[in-house]
Amino acid sequence: MKRAARYIVFYAALFGLWTLLAELKIWPPYLFPTPWGVGQALYAGFQDHSYLIAIRVSMQRVLIGYGISVVLGMILGLGVASNKFLEETMGGLLVSLQSLPSICWWPLALLWFGLNQNAILFVVIMGSLLSVTLAMEDGRKQMPKIFGQAGRNLGAKGFKLFWYVLLPASLPFIVSGLKQGWAFAWRSLITAEMLYLSLGLGQVLMMGRDLNDMSSVIAVMFLIIAIGYLVDGIVFKGMERHLQNRWGLTPAS
Amino acid sequence: MSTNVQKFPSQFPIPGGPAAGPVLDPRFPAHIGAPGGKIGPVAVGRPIRAVSPQTSKVGLSDICLSYRTQTGTRLLALDHINLQVHPGEFVCIVGPSGCGKSTLLHLIAGLQPQTSGQILIDGTPVQGPGTDRILIFQEHGLFPWLTVGQNVEFGMKMKGVPKAEREEKTRYYLRLVHLAKFEKSYIHQLSGGMRQRVAIARALATEPDVLLMDEPFAALDAQTRDLLHDELERIWSETGRTIIFVTHNVREAIRLGDRVVLLTFRPGRVKSEFPVDLPRPRQLEDPTVARAAREILDELRDEINRSLEAEYNEGVKPHVEPGVEAGSQL
Repeated sequence: MKRAARYIVFYAALFGLWTLLAELKIWPPYLFPTPWGVGQALYAGFQDHSYLIAIRVSMQRVLIGYGISVVLGMILGLGVASNKFLEETMGGLLVSLQSLPSICWWPLALLWFGLNQNAILFVVIMGSLLSVTLAMEDGRKQMPKIFGQAGRNLGAKGFKLFWYVLLPASLPFIVSGLKQGWAFAWRSLITAEMLYLSLGLGQVLMMGRDLNDMSSVIAVMFLIIAIGYLVDGIVFKGMERHLQNRWGLTPAS
Repeated sequence: MSTNVQKFPSQFPIPGGPAAGPVLDPRFPAHIGAPGGKIGPVAVGRPIRAVSPQTSKVGLSDICLSYRTQTGTRLLALDHINLQVHPGEFVCIVGPSGCGKSTLLHLIAGLQPQTSGQILIDGTPVQGPGTDRILIFQEHGLFPWLTVGQNVEFGMKMKGVPKAEREEKTRYYLRLVHLAKFEKSYIHQLSGGMRQRVAIARALATEPDVLLMDEPFAALDAQTRDLLHDELERIWSETGRTIIFVTHNVREAIRLGDRVVLLTFRPGRVKSEFPVDLPRPRQLEDPTVARAAREILDELRDEINRSLEAEYNEGVKPHVEPGVEAGSQL
């Protein structure tokens, strides 16, 4: 209850400050819109379906890109974790590559794939693959050895061992890495979409700038934040809670 | 490598016992429901067992295992282990910590290759893990992401047993360990003793011929352990499995085993073998069990002293395993 009250006070103050600054008209409204303006832009964007289309296109891309990252990253991470040679050689490379912003792959992606969806997907994959790989590698190492032994002992081997034992056993240790990978994928996507006529949220954002329409720019920024937050809150928080209950990491109520 | 064999005669001959009465197979369940349960003496004779290696369930010949330590020197962990285990036999392996007794079980389970020597199951060499021998770990190794029922089902699922049969057998084995009500529970909701019972059910559900048990009850409190001793003995009698049971607790070994095998401290060698001819069921606190344990402990103590010495010399803080300490307070 108290927490809710604090939330309300904080956001009301923020909202009030924004309204105040906008109403003072220090800057012209097309540079500093009012909350109502942004609200109208949101309404209009959903009315003419342009936001819905943009959300659908962006979500589709991020799901494909992130999905590929997760599958590849798990295979790579598992390989690196279970092979001493790969661990010594690739391990360091992976960590150093992570300091490279994924959008740096954009010029290469353009040359390799051309100005199309595949170039965007490539950037998304490069953005999240490393997080997932490193998380999987780490998770595989942190995972108690006994699960793998018990699994093999009970007749699991090859893909079955991975799918029924190693993957679920390492999940609690990789869920934070998966979450980080998602955040990187989402950011990379929006960045890449801003660079090219792509129908996605990134492009809608840039269109607002081209039309000198700050209301719609901020409206789309809200959308991007909201989607990122929702996926984190629903998918990953739910996954964490589920794992905690299953594994008994928190006192079961 | 000298192996001396000693015999413990039954101290309290029972009317109709092994000497006089008919030879009963310990697997024969007739005596299980004997009135008075574990209090009344129960006549159990030893089945006639062939000794030739061909009929051994598990045959270890000249098993050696060495590995490279961090400093680069090679350490011999197991040195020419020879052991024949007969079908349906309950063999306990005791030894000080560091004698490689757990490692030996991992080798038999096929989770790790030996450096030299041969492990035969029914005359066939072990090549990797197989569901004909299931290892039960000290830390149970149950899968926390699965329910109790799914854990028990796991081995059958890997083998490709049809779903209906899996469910039926899961229920059967959960009933066998008295956990039928907990089929839908998750592992963390169970007590330590219950977890170990699930582990036993999970192992039995793949219908292995050989159960390998690696100090399965070491982490449990005394009451739970007593209870599980009774249950394990009952299950062994009912299912006729061959059991190789590793423990550092000599009295536990005599409580359960048909035979106790003592390993030496690093490198692990078979020091002596002690057939246990006490009537079943036995109790940990039986004077006969205590007497039998004392003789093994005398031999074991030398090995423990050697292990302590080695730890002093290596600059490691010595420790005595709780079970060994408890055992020495007979």
